[in-house]
Amino acid sequence: MSNEIAILGAGMHPWGKWGHNFVQYGVAAAREALDDAGIPWKDVSFVSGGATVRCGYPGYVAGATFAQALGWQGAEVNTSYAACASGSQALAAARNKILAGGCDVALVVGADTTPKGFLAPAGGYRPEDPDWVRFYLGITNPTYFALYARRRMDLYGDTLEDFAAVKVKNALVGSKNPRARYKKCFTAEDVAASAIVADPLRLMDICATSDGGAALIVSSVEYAERIGKGDAPRVAAISTVTPTFASGVVEMPDIATDSAAAAGIDAISYRSQLPLKAYEEAGIGPEDVDLAEVYDLSTALELDWIEDLQLAPRGEAAAMLRAGDTTVGGRTPVNASGGLACFGEAVPAQALAQVCELTWQLRGQCGERQVEGARVGITANQGLFGHGSSVIVKR
Amino acid sequence: MSNKPSAPAIEGWFTLDEQPHLIGTRCNACGTYYFPKQDQFCRNPGCDSTEFSEVKLSRTGTLWSYTNACYKPPAPFVAAEPFEPYAIAAVQLEAEQMVVLGQVVEGTGVEALKVGMPMELVLEPLHETDDDVKITWKWQPMSATASEEG
Repeated sequence: MSNEIAILGAGMHPWGKWGHNFVQYGVAAAREALDDAGIPWKDVSFVSGGATVRCGYPGYVAGATFAQALGWQGAEVNTSYAACASGSQALAAARNKILAGGCDVALVVGADTTPKGFLAPAGGYRPEDPDWVRFYLGITNPTYFALYARRRMDLYGDTLEDFAAVKVKNALVGSKNPRARYKKCFTAEDVAASAIVADPLRLMDICATSDGGAALIVSSVEYAERIGKGDAPRVAAISTVTPTFASGVVEMPDIATDSAAAAGIDAISYRSQLPLKAYEEAGIGPEDVDLAEVYDLSTALELDWIEDLQLAPRGEAAAMLRAGDTTVGGRTPVNASGGLACFGEAVPAQALAQVCELTWQLRGQCGERQVEGARVGITANQGLFGHGSSVIVKR
Repeated sequence: MSNKPSAPAIEGWFTLDEQPHLIGTRCNACGTYYFPKQDQFCRNPGCDSTEFSEVKLSRTGTLWSYTNACYKPPAPFVAAEPFEPYAIAAVQLEAEQMVVLGQVVEGTGVEALKVGMPMELVLEPLHETDDDVKITWKWQPMSATASEEG
């Protein structure tokens, strides 16, 4: 396929609450990716950074920040901000540059240092800011995850035990991932004993925020073949589509959905739209997927994503989970990395971390959490402001 | 309870009568509703209207989903001391084909709620300031007041 690029290297700084400057994580991830690719830094001619708004000015100009930290060598730079999809958008920029013939080898990198506790909006009286409005009315991020989770329970019969089983499943594989932040093998009893945050979700159903950095070295397929890496995993599709009006699911930070009252307008779920372009671009279907890395901001949300990716019919993800089909060793393992449950979220790095995991899985380098014979993987994530992404990696 | 006068927590977002309504807008060309109000551009991709009318939204709907807040949210939320958990509802309005969030009235917990149940809009205090009691819209199960309203 003409629109594919090769993934020559992947690297991550372990996730945690390290409290260092985010640039440090990005540099560590980039150097690991360069080593993994066997490519000297001076051969990289494009640096595409995933931006972070909370690390100040260096975060807003991520591409240049990382390029300078690694040592100016004249590479062109790009910075992408797309909330949770920042990494995918940075990857898409690198792909476009490569496919347009503008460079052979690109570094894609994202890193974040997160503050402790709730992410709160600026103060004052600012009703024009939806983020201010919802916090003023007492609606936090877990509110939205809990609304989706409760709907699963009342509509599909999902149970608290199902949600706990997602955590237990992810904790088990995360315990075998050296880059994960949380490596403890939690039990269903541990989840049930944790405090309720937003009914029906407990503390252990909801992901934390973390520091971390992830990087990829990508190149044209011709370049990969030239250096004897023609069999490297390839990015087969990147979807960064925005929602289609009218978005029928109430999304953070909004207080209301779009109205679907106008003639010819239907309420549409954004999450289910995201993978469609990816499948189409890669020329494959959900039946071809060997494993998926999805954005489990909550345990219940992992089940939504399984259905959004069409790995299970709507309402049947919990049955798939109960059958063990989403576990490593099962039919279609989901979050073999341990997912956000074991990493916590480092926004501009997270979408890239998902692609790193697929890269290592497709190369068969994941040890005890290896998905045997994996050849096609898909990622999915969604963040604020109509940003989301789905990336397909295949071998 | 306080003897302070009451004032809307957010000015112009809801009516202050006995049977309160959220105040939104509706596109004069395509009929799309907006809450909060939108009066500059229509977000329907098939419509380029810039003409809107202020409208009262339906004050009843069905429960799309619900949850609660067991931990005190950060500012600008103003929490009572000690913090009392409250339920939160997402209510689907039929005519408007939209879902609107809001707290659930005091004294109604998640155990009293079920997806699909009819809900109505009421006004209740959100917090007090030195000068007044800020009131906001909240959702209430309709069965709770069905007898009063007939």
